[in-house]
Amino acid sequence: MRMIRTTLAAGLGLVAGVALWEGYKAVGDPQGTEILGVRLLPRASDAAMPHVLDILERFGRAELTGGDPIWTVVLAACLFTLRNVAVGFAAGGLVGLLLAVLMQRFRLAERGLLPYVILSQTVPLIALAPVIAGWGGRLQLGAYPWQPWMSVSVIAAYLAFFPVAVGALRGLQSPAPIAEELMRSYAAGWWRTLWKLRLPASTPYLFPALRLAGASAVVGAVVGEISTGTRGGIGRLIIEYSREATSDPAKVYTAMIGAALLGLAVAGVVALAELLLTRRTVVTS
Amino acid sequence: MTAPAVELTGVNKIFNQGRPGEVTALTGVDLTIARGEFIALIGPSGCGKSTLLRLVADLIAPSSGTVTVAGKPARKARLDQEYGIAFQQAGLFEWRTVRRNVELPLELRGQGRRERRARAEEMLELVGLADFARHYPAQLSGGMQQRVAIARALAVHPPLLLMDEPFGALDEMTRERLQDELLRICGTTGTSTIFVTHSIPEAVYLADRVVVMSPRPGRITGIVPIDLGERTETTRQSPGFFTGITKVRAALRGTEAAVGAER
Ligand SMILES: Nc1ncnc2c1ncn2[C@@H]1O[C@H](COP(=O)(O)OP(=O)(O)OP(=O)(O)O)[C@@H](O)[C@H]1O
Ligand SMILES: [Mg+2]
Repeated sequence: MRMIRTTLAAGLGLVAGVALWEGYKAVGDPQGTEILGVRLLPRASDAAMPHVLDILERFGRAELTGGDPIWTVVLAACLFTLRNVAVGFAAGGLVGLLLAVLMQRFRLAERGLLPYVILSQTVPLIALAPVIAGWGGRLQLGAYPWQPWMSVSVIAAYLAFFPVAVGALRGLQSPAPIAEELMRSYAAGWWRTLWKLRLPASTPYLFPALRLAGASAVVGAVVGEISTGTRGGIGRLIIEYSREATSDPAKVYTAMIGAALLGLAVAGVVALAELLLTRRTVVTS
Repeated sequence: MTAPAVELTGVNKIFNQGRPGEVTALTGVDLTIARGEFIALIGPSGCGKSTLLRLVADLIAPSSGTVTVAGKPARKARLDQEYGIAFQQAGLFEWRTVRRNVELPLELRGQGRRERRARAEEMLELVGLADFARHYPAQLSGGMQQRVAIARALAVHPPLLLMDEPFGALDEMTRERLQDELLRICGTTGTSTIFVTHSIPEAVYLADRVVVMSPRPGRITGIVPIDLGERTETTRQSPGFFTGITKVRAALRGTEAAVGAER
């Protein structure tokens, strides 16, 4: 029942978005609307806002004359990026969770770390990405040299760890004092209290945070690919296609839709994990 | 002679000692509870009943004095899991089924799955919730949750049971039924009990001795022995029951008078 309603709502949202897009195209000024030299509304011309159908149709046509259809190119790029997202998401999630556990365990760590955790997200990614790529270039992991995609994953992790750290901390601190006293009365130490009480209690906070982290990891990977110049991913594709925006305006939108779908797919995986891990078989008798 | 179930000698508890907001919660508490004895703690709000219970449970440490449980320091007794505790709120883990909530203390003692399960089911039977084993706490009424919490406290067959107003939020009928259930369980298992309550009839009905406390500073001002023998359906109407209530009320009034005189 909930499933059906969610799907219905998502479908309605999509229809509304398309309607808004096409509606604006129909009534908007092709040159955009400016008041006192400030552009308030974007150009509604076909070059700036191609028709939805044109974009969909563009998926089917070849990327370059005689090449593969564009949907296969976008799909391949998404899959390439997905690996970076997955590694970044896993690493970021793990770091975030460990930080949260550390901050929950030691008040001092919370006071000392939390400001920096928050500060970390105010550093502009565009400034940070080249630095990470530069550091990575000088690293050597045992016998393996540093790969450019690793820098991308690090950037994805950098964005992903934040919501997890904050959300998990909140969740780990969520048990009522009475529950903590109960564990104490059972002579359960810190570790067992974490495992039996804090972690399960944190799931209502943890999973929304993980969903956010998934989306952040996608953004991080796309931006990371662009700013480190990594080839093969969806970020690179967006940049390449946007150069052709004047001659082939629908093309860049195919890559953007690909990136958006990638984000949705990651969020979907997290939602599925939540469903499986926190399933409660509700008995009504 | 075996050691008494609980022994408090010269116990003082001062919260926030030497800091702003210093509160003297308990002074000069001496109390010895025999094995198998049922003690009711009664007194005005803020007189330190919960504090006393938490001291015995080693959830907080006394500022001075000693607390021994089953002849051991309170900390050792806690680590040996010598007691079961039930708070005023049920405090169930909402992500666990009723049965798995009752299993929790057994799980932490490292008992096997099958053994755990059998014991939990036995306890749920005892509190009349066998049919709800696979429900989640959110699906139960407040009184049912409270009974699950009691089953959880009893599951390890603790030699000592600590209960802080466990029936506080229940309706009169459920309350009386649970009182009888509790007495039956404690009687058959020989459990010693400290039971905090605000209700004089409840204290008299349940206890072998009613310990009356008074606030500012929290201390024991009187101990009323109750001798009603085996509790039956007629006990609540018996003259002995009303005499007990009168005695406890008089003892409590004494503390009120003392408070009034202070002002
Ligand atoms: N953690 C604490 N920090 C500071 N003061 C506390 C703390 N716990 C209890 N107190 C104080 O100790 C006194 C006794 O509190 P306690 O909870 O033991 O009362 P009580 O008899 O259980 O009251 P009630 O019947 O309302 O539950 C109160 O004045 C309270 O303010
Ligand atoms: Mg209390």
